[in-house]
Amino acid sequence: MASLLGRFCRKLVVPGSAHGARMVSTTSSCGSETVKSLNLYSAINQALHIALETDPRSYVFGEDVGFGGVFRCTTGLAERFGKNRVFNTPLCEQGIVGFGIGLAAMGNRAVVEIQFADYIYPAFDQIVNEAAKFRYRSGNQFNCGGLTIRAPYGAVGHGGHYHSQSPEAFFCHVPGIKVVIPRSPREAKGLLLSSIRDPNPVVFFEPKWLYRQAVEEVPEHDYMIPLSEAEVIREGNDITLVGWGAQLTVMEQACLDAEKEGISCELIDLKTLLPWDKETVEASVKKTGRLLISHEAPVTGGFGAEISATILERCFLKLEAPVSRVCGLDTPFPLVFEPFYMPTKNKILDAIKSTVNY
Amino acid sequence: MALSRLSLRSNNPFLKPTATSLPPSTRRHVSTDTTPITIETAAPFTSHQCDAPSRSVSTSSAEILSFFRDMARMRRMEIAADSLYKAKMIRGFCHLYDGQEALAVGMEAAITRRDAIITSYRDHCTFLGRGGELVDAFSELMGRKRGCSDGKGGSMHFYKKDASFYGGHGIVGAQIPLGCGLAFAQKYSKEENVTFVLYGDGAANQGQLFEALNIAALWDLPAILVCENNHYGMGTATWRSAKSPAYFKRGDYVPGLKVDGMDVLAVKQACKFAKEHALKNGPIILEMDTYRYHGHSMSDPGSTYRTRDEVSGVRQVRDPIERVRKLLLSHDIATEKELKDMEKEVRKEVDDAVAQAKECPTPEASELFTNMYVKDCGVESFGADRKELKVTLP
Repeated sequence: MASLLGRFCRKLVVPGSAHGARMVSTTSSCGSETVKSLNLYSAINQALHIALETDPRSYVFGEDVGFGGVFRCTTGLAERFGKNRVFNTPLCEQGIVGFGIGLAAMGNRAVVEIQFADYIYPAFDQIVNEAAKFRYRSGNQFNCGGLTIRAPYGAVGHGGHYHSQSPEAFFCHVPGIKVVIPRSPREAKGLLLSSIRDPNPVVFFEPKWLYRQAVEEVPEHDYMIPLSEAEVIREGNDITLVGWGAQLTVMEQACLDAEKEGISCELIDLKTLLPWDKETVEASVKKTGRLLISHEAPVTGGFGAEISATILERCFLKLEAPVSRVCGLDTPFPLVFEPFYMPTKNKILDAIKSTVNY
Repeated sequence: MALSRLSLRSNNPFLKPTATSLPPSTRRHVSTDTTPITIETAAPFTSHQCDAPSRSVSTSSAEILSFFRDMARMRRMEIAADSLYKAKMIRGFCHLYDGQEALAVGMEAAITRRDAIITSYRDHCTFLGRGGELVDAFSELMGRKRGCSDGKGGSMHFYKKDASFYGGHGIVGAQIPLGCGLAFAQKYSKEENVTFVLYGDGAANQGQLFEALNIAALWDLPAILVCENNHYGMGTATWRSAKSPAYFKRGDYVPGLKVDGMDVLAVKQACKFAKEHALKNGPIILEMDTYRYHGHSMSDPGSTYRTRDEVSGVRQVRDPIERVRKLLLSHDIATEKELKDMEKEVRKEVDDAVAQAKECPTPEASELFTNMYVKDCGVESFGADRKELKVTLP
């Protein structure tokens, strides 16, 4: 109980960057790319600068984005591109997203910021009923592909009920939109540029815990990372672990610990949750025979359930053990109890061991 | 009259007491003097679709003194919370109310504990106004079991059922339709109580406000919607977020009143008027012109979107506690020394409460699973891996 007030410690190692793992990214490898050490909010800021620079019909708006935003992701944009392209909105999520859909329907790129993912629910109707179905119901006459909704999500150590939620599962249930979650600064810049330029509406969740904590070498030029392509960030033979966002950091720690006990783990970053790269995960599970999924959102009805069911269909005879899900508990995201709620490294390690020893 | 000559000494343009009926013999027994006196508010009320109440507020020396003490206590509590947050004893998000104390105190003076109050996350002082104990407030802030929400709510979720304080809400504007629902229940029970629904200038642009207003007006609900206009929604000023920053007129068909929220007597008068109005005629909007000294929350320095001069300017000219102090001094209800002593007492009260709260234990780990559903519902909840840990909820 003594450590309730804090130290929900996660280490700062950015998964994937230090291992010679196979990179699926399309970063131009001409050898002389300049990179800069950036944290997550700076990488996203750079991506937004590039997006606005390369397309004169793109706009960034949301609550308080004018002065840089509460997480500084929009710093410098208003000064550089003007208040007609980067502006504050009143406090009305439903209105903001609806407005963004309209703007996108006229062929513009609308990059909407929802201040915290916990506040996205008033806009849920607009996203599900308007954005996702626009192209479909108009017989492709209209679409709002230029819409990208960015929202900080996830636990931050002390966020409590309304500053820590992971609502990705609600959106993965909606055909017509895409859901993308980056794990690190370098990934975030490339994925955000892809999302903005993707001709479908995208909901882009940014792990707020990593805004300052994660620092990585990020190329300075304009590059995109393809959507719907998962990446194997750590190779292994005994068990496949699938995750996204900040949770990968925790999972990688568990993989390192498992290795000391002789278990070789393969770690996959899904990156895009909808539509997700089933082939990569399937190939990995066919190799290892075991699957563990981990996410911060509550376990019942979380996106891990979809992955589990799909892999079961595709790899039933190759599975050596039931699919394991190590997720948040089925409670509202608690305030003082956060360390108990979170799917920590030890919980994952326990599950790895019990799956391998099934 | 000797008294009016004394009052001219304070050259404050906001305090021009006119005829007061304070007898000189009450000079030294002021803390228990409840003889009614009348004081004029500094500014008149502006009304929309109704007649404004009179500027003459009926009060008493004892009441004004209690205003001072209550506001000083609230101010001290918020400052103590600031230090505790910086010392990381309070985690989570902490939204402070200092500068807006007159609202909480003035409102309480006009209503009873059977009238309901519901507000947003800036709720520490409202809780105190409803009779909450300092120890319970600090315990809740620090996540201790003694807290008013058993330590599970934190800064944004203070509640007090026995005082009809319905909290403490995180999502901006979500409490407005809820408050109208409370008012409906009150009307149904015919007990002549009202609900005060507090929201901010940021929330004033939420669609749900207008939905709730329409329903409240349609069904004549005794709901008083109070817009605490502190001029900034997080970091966005009202002139940049609202086409019409005259929030008291936004109800259109719902009457409204604009009130100087830094003048505790004006707040009292407005709330008294609003309660009478709501019981007879249905909803009314009160726009309280107020100001917060701190940023939106402890994570916001409050200086990136407004100048320090602006903040210190308001502190010098409009501070609610200073205004009451000047009122007390100019009416000879108390001396400087007495007021300073009162502030010292309040400071000690707060320090003691903080010390006591620090000693309180945190809730048990098993409390993580309690009160999700009604007790003995027996629902199963799963632990992290859905196999090893399975809990049947109490």
